[in-house]
Amino acid sequence: MNLLSAGKVSFRSLRANKMRSGLTMLGMIIGVAAVIIMVAIGEGARRRIADQIASTGSNLLLVLRGSTTSGGLRAGSGSAPTLTIADAKAIAKEVPSVLRVSPTSRSSGPVVYGNQNWSTILQGVSPEFLEIRDWGTSAGRSFTHQEMDASAKVCLLGVTVAENLFGGEDPVGKIVRIKRAPFIVVGVLEPKGQSPNGQDQDDTVIVPVTTLLKKLAGSAHAGSIGAILVQAVDGDRVKEAERDVAVLFRQRHRIGPGQDDDFTVRNLSEMLDLAESAAQTMSLLLGGIASVSLLVGGIGIMNIMLVSVTERTREIGIRMAVGARERDILSQFLIEAVLLAITGGLVGIFLGTTGAVLVSRFAGWTTSISLSAVVLAFGFSAAVGVFFGFYPARKASRMDPIEALRYE
Amino acid sequence: MGTASIEIRGVTKTYLLGDVTVQALKGVDLSIASGEFVAVMGPSGSGKSTLMNILGCLDRPTSGSYLLDGREIGDLSRDDRAGVRRARLGFVFQGFNLLPRLSALENVELPMIYDDTPGPVRRGKAGQALASVGLAERAHHLPSQMSGGQQQRVAIARAIVNTPSLLLADEPTGNLDTATSEEIMGIFQRLNEKLGITLVLVTHESDIALFARRVIRFRDGVLVEDVPVTDRRVAPPAGENAG
Repeated sequence: MNLLSAGKVSFRSLRANKMRSGLTMLGMIIGVAAVIIMVAIGEGARRRIADQIASTGSNLLLVLRGSTTSGGLRAGSGSAPTLTIADAKAIAKEVPSVLRVSPTSRSSGPVVYGNQNWSTILQGVSPEFLEIRDWGTSAGRSFTHQEMDASAKVCLLGVTVAENLFGGEDPVGKIVRIKRAPFIVVGVLEPKGQSPNGQDQDDTVIVPVTTLLKKLAGSAHAGSIGAILVQAVDGDRVKEAERDVAVLFRQRHRIGPGQDDDFTVRNLSEMLDLAESAAQTMSLLLGGIASVSLLVGGIGIMNIMLVSVTERTREIGIRMAVGARERDILSQFLIEAVLLAITGGLVGIFLGTTGAVLVSRFAGWTTSISLSAVVLAFGFSAAVGVFFGFYPARKASRMDPIEALRYE
Repeated sequence: MGTASIEIRGVTKTYLLGDVTVQALKGVDLSIASGEFVAVMGPSGSGKSTLMNILGCLDRPTSGSYLLDGREIGDLSRDDRAGVRRARLGFVFQGFNLLPRLSALENVELPMIYDDTPGPVRRGKAGQALASVGLAERAHHLPSQMSGGQQQRVAIARAIVNTPSLLLADEPTGNLDTATSEEIMGIFQRLNEKLGITLVLVTHESDIALFARRVIRFRDGVLVEDVPVTDRRVAPPAGENAG
């Protein structure tokens, strides 16, 4: 029997039991639709998280000072005074995969206003720093390149510092003393909250890095900055930027082959990887739960095919008597099961994609229907049909024609 | 057309029912020449159904040989036996055994579906077979829309559509009234005489057996009688719409 006539025979017997075929398909429909909706929701969540993380620094690199070696003793990362503002400028100029660069240097000390004082972290940065960190001002402005080049005594206060020194007063335009030097407050930073390791990121004062080096830091490492914050063009080019920065630094610092680097480049995208893998796990979990319903749908098909085979024992006997081979009977019932499964699968794909669109429209969740999920769901439903249809079909094909003909 | 010669030598059939072995056939020798019309009689349990199953390639003998047209088919595989049934055998059953959802024509087409006969050829041959049993105008009726006699004629059309060398009929008149039975027997006689199809008919009604040319009788798995029919009945010419 060729495939076409086998298909016709199967189609007719499915049509003869419309109610039963419909209900059996419903199992597959629900299963496939559930897989598609769940994967779409999971995928949507993953993308949203990735976008959020990308906006807060997945494309960041940190260039740190290397280690000094004195008398065979390596002092550890950050101990060599090797980084300069010129290095930072060189990165910005010469590495095409880099968007923004900010030299950073830290110090600490008391900040005084009137009769209030507050000890805090002093960060020396360039004007790009706030853009890199996606950090705005809630009052006033950031400082300018001119102010940085002039080592102007201007500062931005973190919210915690502003509250402790000024209470309800507006700090902008006031003069505070940092380590006894007078600074004009040009702006107040937006609240940033705690960092992942529990530090209050708002307990800080930001000044131009040049000012910090000249006026506030000790003279020990004059001209050397603590680290360089580098933002790549986008998340995909972080690795490229990481490599290019390292190459540039080995040139600039004249490090020959085989010599240790006097700097370290750190990639901050690990956080993105972590969050993405968490989201992916969720995606898998949702898809896995939905797959269970697909499995249940498959068991429904097997159940109904077994009933159908028993019911049609006599038909099988007749077909065998007139000359049907084992594989003719097998393919008839297998095609029936697969037809049930893929018809259910197609309807499920339609309902699933419609459902995903509705979910994002009315529940406001981001959903993302991937072609691969659709293809996978369809393929899986066909596979379910073959897998769960095989046993009943084989049972039918192995019947004894004499017994089958005698069956009432 | 009908060129069967059946040669059965020392055929036995043993069934295992739990711990008990039942010997349904205890060494049967039988020859049927092509073009014969043989009635097989005997009480239930005599082994005649077992013989029919073996002749019909639905079952294999436990021992002995079965030559159909000189070819040993007692030891063929399942699928090869299906091929023999499809190409060289026709079955007519007591309960008609038509597929209820298929029209008369589609029922007759059934054997040809399994040998990949192209659709138009299939329908042509099925139409001819139906016409030869006087049912041309009922081709598109479902079995449920036909009388018992008509259904049995559809079954006969299905049995002869592949021009078998052997037609096996198992109590074909068992569900029919006397007039219809005679009509069906008339069709068998015409197929036998006009087309030369070899016929083996199982019946327990002796007046039905008289339509054949030779009667063999079974008892307890043994062939006990093999006689030609002397006072043969001839069915009245069939009315086209009778049944």
